[in-house]
Amino acid sequence: MSSAPGNPAAPAPAPSPGAGAAELLRRARLGHAASTGRLLSLVEQGGAPAREVARVALPLTGSCFTVGITGPPGAGKSTLTGRLVGALRARAARVAVLAVDPSSPFSGGAILGDRIRMQEHALDGSVFIRSMATRGHLGGLSLAVPEAVRLLDAAGFDWVLVETVGVGQVEVEVAGVADTTVVVVNPGWGDDVQAAKAGLLEVADVFVVNKADRPGAAQSRLELEHMLTTSRADRAWRPPVVTTVACEDLGSREFLEALNRHLTWSERSGQLVTGRTGRLWTEVESIVTARLLARAQVRLGDPQTSEVRSLLAARVLDPWTAADRLLDVTS
Amino acid sequence: MGAPVTARVLVAKPGLDGHDRGAKLVSRALRDAGFEVIFTGIRQRAEEIAAIAAQEDVQVVGLSILSGAHVALTRKVMDALRAEGADDVQVVVGGTIPQRDVPLLLDAGAVAVFPTGTPLDDLVAAMRALTAGAARA
Repeated sequence: MSSAPGNPAAPAPAPSPGAGAAELLRRARLGHAASTGRLLSLVEQGGAPAREVARVALPLTGSCFTVGITGPPGAGKSTLTGRLVGALRARAARVAVLAVDPSSPFSGGAILGDRIRMQEHALDGSVFIRSMATRGHLGGLSLAVPEAVRLLDAAGFDWVLVETVGVGQVEVEVAGVADTTVVVVNPGWGDDVQAAKAGLLEVADVFVVNKADRPGAAQSRLELEHMLTTSRADRAWRPPVVTTVACEDLGSREFLEALNRHLTWSERSGQLVTGRTGRLWTEVESIVTARLLARAQVRLGDPQTSEVRSLLAARVLDPWTAADRLLDVTS
Repeated sequence: MGAPVTARVLVAKPGLDGHDRGAKLVSRALRDAGFEVIFTGIRQRAEEIAAIAAQEDVQVVGLSILSGAHVALTRKVMDALRAEGADDVQVVVGGTIPQRDVPLLLDAGAVAVFPTGTPLDDLVAAMRALTAGAARA
């Protein structure tokens, strides 16, 4: 339970409606979880209030490390993330977690249950866990995630862990928000990784073989090492392969050490700065693309398209020519 | 570009009761109705529920209680929410609640009560009404 320093008995003030972003951020930096929670909601909603949050937060960003944790469903990512939080807390760090789950494409709703696996931290005022739904964003991560990370950075967290299921292109997206990308697999990973081979192998900075108490763990590790040798030999950073049994908190310390090794290398090689700058531009690209997509959908839904639709149905126009007409392009 | 405002709710099981089938049914129904549902799992303490409600900035906390201790637990959760600075969270209670306890729960600060047997459609409609205008100021 959080309260203002120097006055532990007083209840924390509710984030009053209309409390501006600057005041909410001030309280967030003092550890008031409700204020941090409210700021994240404003970020998710977008629009003018989100811009105000971004404006006050930006000058206070730059000091936290971001770790992305991804991998096939069932690998134990949430449990492992909870253990990583514990290892970081042992070093007195303030840690925030964004646990991202997919929204239903049918209803737009979501069940966000990752935090169930991180309950040991429920009453630690220096740990902040937030569940986020993808809200229809193509590619698997909500468009608001990078801004949410910056907000948590500004609120004073030393580490932000972004945990999400890696299916399809998600692993690429996670790498787009993190200083260090962790890919979590289980023994017998071969099939899972083969399916998303290029994505998972390419983006990983650290590999974790979780549930390493299962048969085949040593073999899986060897196979991973072999694949890394053959397919990433030209890259400057060789991802370490760590084995863990997250449900028993085994290997958590080694996991944190592997993360720290990557971060140290990133800082020394300049990759940390290059990566962060590159990711900011990638984020701009994503936002521009999303906005253009929204405009296209408005254009396509316009009643004035009815003439083109009739000609299409009558097979007078082919789809490509129809599209040209809607875009006012003469080919 | 503002995202459509999606209502976020917390489904929590305070106290010692471990039967979560009802809570899971309600969670799925709410998801199918377009809500984002954070589910805490069983055997939660009031302080934990309040901390989660604050972090997740939910509009509604739904307490699922089958143990009979609903009045005491609701009061504890209300107190914990206040201490956490999450005063504007609305609390609803569902479970094995006799009619005579409904006024006690409303008195304790709950805004709605759904005793076992409440049709899911009614529950979902009530939650929609509670979260209409979900945009945060």
